[in-house]
Amino acid sequence: MSGAGPSTSGSVHRGDPVLVDRYTVGARMNHWVTATSLVLLALSGLSLFHPSLFFLSSLFGGGSWTRVIHPWIGLVLFVGFLGLFLRFWKLNLWNRDDRKWLLSPRAILTGHEETLPEIGTYNAGQKLVFWQMSLLIIVLIVSGIAMWDEYFGSYFSITQKRVAVLVHAVAAIGAICVWIVHIYAAIWVRGTISAMTRGQVTGGWAWRHHRKWLRNLVTKH
Amino acid sequence: MYPPLPNPSVSPVAAKLSDKNLMRRSASTIPQGEPVQQVAKLIDTSKCIGCKACQTACLEWNNLKEEVGFNTGSLTNPHDLTTASWTLMRFTEWVNPETDNLEWLIRKDGCMHCADPGCLKACPAPGAIVQYTNGIVDFVKENCIGCGYCVKGCPFNIPRISKAEGKAYKCTLCSDRVAVGQGPACAKACPTQAIVFGPKEDMKKHAEARIKDLKSRGYKNAGLYDPPGVGGTHVMYVLHHADKPEIYAGLPNNPTISPLVEVWKGAVKYAGLAVMGAAAAIGVVHHLVNGPNRVSREEEEAAKRLAEGETK
Repeated sequence: MSGAGPSTSGSVHRGDPVLVDRYTVGARMNHWVTATSLVLLALSGLSLFHPSLFFLSSLFGGGSWTRVIHPWIGLVLFVGFLGLFLRFWKLNLWNRDDRKWLLSPRAILTGHEETLPEIGTYNAGQKLVFWQMSLLIIVLIVSGIAMWDEYFGSYFSITQKRVAVLVHAVAAIGAICVWIVHIYAAIWVRGTISAMTRGQVTGGWAWRHHRKWLRNLVTKH
Repeated sequence: MYPPLPNPSVSPVAAKLSDKNLMRRSASTIPQGEPVQQVAKLIDTSKCIGCKACQTACLEWNNLKEEVGFNTGSLTNPHDLTTASWTLMRFTEWVNPETDNLEWLIRKDGCMHCADPGCLKACPAPGAIVQYTNGIVDFVKENCIGCGYCVKGCPFNIPRISKAEGKAYKCTLCSDRVAVGQGPACAKACPTQAIVFGPKEDMKKHAEARIKDLKSRGYKNAGLYDPPGVGGTHVMYVLHHADKPEIYAGLPNNPTISPLVEVWKGAVKYAGLAVMGAAAAIGVVHHLVNGPNRVSREEEEAAKRLAEGETK
């Protein structure tokens, strides 16, 4: 222990523990707008998906308001996610280590990361969540517009709308499952959530889960 | 001739249709309601003269106001069903290839009141669509959320959504009149008895006699339109060319609820909840089995050494 107070060198802040900047304020705000809209979309969408969940529509002022508001929240999500996509797509490009990482599911699931290759900003699981969400959100916005009768009703045939409602439901289930994985991973891997709340993680977290990323940050300065 | 509908009684009559007589209720599970005699409206296209008294009677009884339209060279007016026009005479000029005669086919379009209603199957709002045990499928405005799922569910393209109100509208088979022993307004107004109304079995018998008569006049393919793909309907047609219903302004040949809707409101509805529940459950079990993935003290120390440049 050096005994000196926290000092800063780039995005790695010395101290006990070391703190590492992971997300800027802009990225965090972008994330939480997207996250909030995704939760609201899931609640309003599920209320119209299964009768047993129709009670959720009262959160939005009843069935009619749920029907009115859901597509608008969808637009917010789309724009929000587009922002996230533009920020992070490069960091989520696939590389050789990702394949290797994915081939050891046992080590991943039991938390034995020492046997896995060192990981950059994102591991293969995070990248899969990113790309699956990207794909599903494109499917959801396209099918969603096809079933947004209020404004686009006259542009689509009834058959196209039938395809749209089915695709929208299936894609939404997929997106909710991807979201469950995303949330669960954030809870299971302790120390993750502060990345999106205060923007920082501890050095140990970075060392354990994203060592290549940490090494790059340290050598940069 | 089927006996004309009687004039209403002037003394008050208790309503015979209520929530006690529901067979199905959208997005709800309900006990089987008390049975009422199955009714049907029979529309005999061979007797229709295209006078539109039925359209007028429908507007009048239901207090609907259709907008003044425009002419595009067809007597069909308005050009499609609307939130105000729950029934519409569709006119088709058809040249019979066998006789080379021009035939003027007039079909009164509107809700068919399917025994297996696709609109009700698709509806997500509890109680927005109900089916009475007499066969009438009715929309309940207060519960309707205007999502338009009924439009996707309907094999006949009948429901219309009001942009102003955000509610779905269609023919009610005059459930309010039927409830007090009357027939639908359109049937009451029809001057040629092309529209008759009564118990479904009687209507089928009446149709049989009409078909026999049509066959004796050379319409060898005359028949009853009561499509089994939707479990039969409570609005039926006598067609002179029952072998090709599509010539009557696109009356579907073998209507069924679209398989897309069946999958959406069947397998996907249940499998979807199961898959999402399973994903969450797997997370809980995984956490219980493996415990949290924590950073150790040594890892914090290693990071510190790295940050302070002691190791690379």
